[in-house]
Amino acid sequence: MQFRKSWIMTLALTSVLALSACGANNATTNNGGGNTSATNAPTETSGTELKGSVLASGSTALQPLVEQVAEKFMESNKGVDIQVQGGGSGTGLTQVAEKQVDIGNSDVFAEEKLKDADADKAAALVDHQVAVVAIAAVTNKEVGVKDLTKQQLVDIFTGKVTNWKEVGGKDEKIQIINRPGSSGTRATFESFALGTKTEDLQGSIQEDSSGTVKKLVSETPGAIGYLALSYLDDSLTTLSYDGVEPSVDNVIAGKYPVWAYEHMYTNGEPNETVKAFLDYFLTDEVQSGDVVELGYIPASKMQVARDVKGNVTTK
Amino acid sequence: MKANKSRIEKHHIEDFIGRTYMSFCVTLLIVIIVSMVYFVASKGLSTFISGTTSVSEFFFGTKWSPDGDTPSFGALPFISGSFLVTLLAALIASPLSICAALFMTEIVPGWGKKLLQPVIELLSGIPSVVYGFVGLSVIVPLLRNIFPGQGIGVAAGALVLSVMILPTITSVAADALSSLPQNLKESSFALGATRWQTISRVIIPTTLPAIMTGVVLGMARAFGEALAVQMVIGNAPFVPRSLFESASTLTSVITLGMGNTTMGSPHNNALWSMALVLMLMTFVFVFLVRLLERRNKI
Repeated sequence: MQFRKSWIMTLALTSVLALSACGANNATTNNGGGNTSATNAPTETSGTELKGSVLASGSTALQPLVEQVAEKFMESNKGVDIQVQGGGSGTGLTQVAEKQVDIGNSDVFAEEKLKDADADKAAALVDHQVAVVAIAAVTNKEVGVKDLTKQQLVDIFTGKVTNWKEVGGKDEKIQIINRPGSSGTRATFESFALGTKTEDLQGSIQEDSSGTVKKLVSETPGAIGYLALSYLDDSLTTLSYDGVEPSVDNVIAGKYPVWAYEHMYTNGEPNETVKAFLDYFLTDEVQSGDVVELGYIPASKMQVARDVKGNVTTK
Repeated sequence: MKANKSRIEKHHIEDFIGRTYMSFCVTLLIVIIVSMVYFVASKGLSTFISGTTSVSEFFFGTKWSPDGDTPSFGALPFISGSFLVTLLAALIASPLSICAALFMTEIVPGWGKKLLQPVIELLSGIPSVVYGFVGLSVIVPLLRNIFPGQGIGVAAGALVLSVMILPTITSVAADALSSLPQNLKESSFALGATRWQTISRVIIPTTLPAIMTGVVLGMARAFGEALAVQMVIGNAPFVPRSLFESASTLTSVITLGMGNTTMGSPHNNALWSMALVLMLMTFVFVFLVRLLERRNKI
C-alpha cells in the first residue's frame, strides 16, 4: 500500500514537473519575440556583461558553423545562452518572420522564399551574410569529362544530352543525382551554374543530404551531381565550369560564379546580445578560423558582392 | 455525503488521486489526438479550399512541379509510390514472417523460439536510418549489378521495408499461433493428419484473421516509414515505369520538402495535404485491424 501511494505521488509529481516545464518553455518562447525592449534596457549602460538567450533555427548547411561559433561566444559571455536548431531554410525564415526565433539561418535570400503574399514579411527581415558556400558539379570518376560549359550543363540537367559521349566523355548513360526542388543548394546551382530552373526528369535521383549525393555519385556509373566545395575529395571528379576550376581562391576573386551567401536573418534590427553575436561572426577570428575550418568561404574576404537579383559588383 | 465528510478514509483519497490522475492522462491523450487531427486536416484541406489545386487534380495529376512557372501539384506519383512499396514489401515479408512464426511455434517450439525471438526483437530495434544506410550500401549496388537501371527505386525500397516489417508480422503471427487451443491440433493429429496437413488445413485457416492483423500492422508501418525508404528510392516525382527506376513516396516527398518550404506557401500546403492522406490511410489500416479482430475466431 505504502509503495503504491508513493508511486502515485511520483507520477503526480512528474506530471506537475512536466507541466511546469511546458509553461517555462512557453515563457521563453514568448520572450524570444517580445524581449526587444527588455534586453534593450541594458544598452544605455553599455559595457556591462551581455545577458539573455538567443534562439536560432534554419539551414542545416549552416548549422554546424553557427553551433561552433555559438559555443565559443558562450564561453566568453557566460550570461548568454544560444540555442541552434536545424529545420531547413524555409523553417528558419518562417520562424524568424513570425518572431518565434531570434535568428533565422538560410541558404537563400529571404526574398526568394517569402514571396507573393509573404513579401512584406521578407521586407522586415535584416540580412547578415556570414559566409559563402560555393558549389561544384561533380561526376563519377569513370565518366572521363573534366570540364563542362554552361550550355553543356544545361543540356544535361534538362535531359537534352543523355550520354556522356555527346559532351566528350565515354559511351555511358548520364544519371542525374539531384537535390530536392526546394533545396538551397539546388537553387544556387540552378541560378548561377545553369541560369535556369530545371524540371525533375523521369528517372533522375533526388537525395536529401550532400553526404548521400556524394556516396551515390562516387558509386553510380555515369552519375553527375553537385556538392559544396567542403564535400569534394578524390572519390569524385570535380568539373571545371567554363574552364574555371572551382577553388576557394577563384570564388573569392569572383572568377567562379556558382556560390551563394549563408544568411542569418533577424526580424528588424537585432537586440544587443544578438547583435554582439552576429558581430562576433564577422570578426577575423571567426572568419579566418571557424569559417575556413568547417569548409565555408569567409564572407569578409570576398572581393565581389552579389545582391538579391544576382547582380555581381566588385567591392 | 456531507455528513460523512469526517469519515473519509485514506483509501478514498488514494482512489480519488488515482482516478484524477488517470482521467487527466486520458483527457490529455484525447486532446492531443483530436488537436493533431484538426491541425493536419485544416492545413491539408487549405490546398483545396484556397483553390490552388482541385481534389481530382491532386489525386490523379501526375505532374509535380511546385516551383515551376505554372506550379502544379499532382500527387499521384507519391500516392502510387507509397502503395507500390507497401504492397510489395508486404508480399515479400508476409510469407517469410508466417514461416518464421510457424517455425517458432509449431516446428521447433524449443530452441527455435529461443533463437528467433531475440533475433526478431533485435530487428525491430534497429533504427530506420541504419536500414536505409544498409539498403544504400548493400541492396542498391546488388540490384544495380543484377538488373538494368541504377539499383535505386521501388524494388530497393520494398526490399528494405520488407526487412523492417518482418518483426511486426512475425511477432503478431507467433502470438496468434501460440494462442491456438491445443485440442484443435490434437484432434487433427488424431484423425491421422500429417504435420503439414495440420498446419495448412487447420492452423493457418483458423489463425488467418490474426495473421492478417499482423500483415496490416506491418503495412501500416511500411506506409508511414520515411527515412529508410527515402534513402533508397531515388525520390523522382514520377510514376515509375519499372521497379528499378527512381520513384517517390508520400513520406519521402514530405521529409524532403517540409523543412525547405515556408509555412503557408502552396508547396507547403500541398505537403500538408499529403500528410492528411497519410493520416487517413493510417485510419484505414486501424479500421482494417479492428475488422480483422472481429473476425478472429479464437
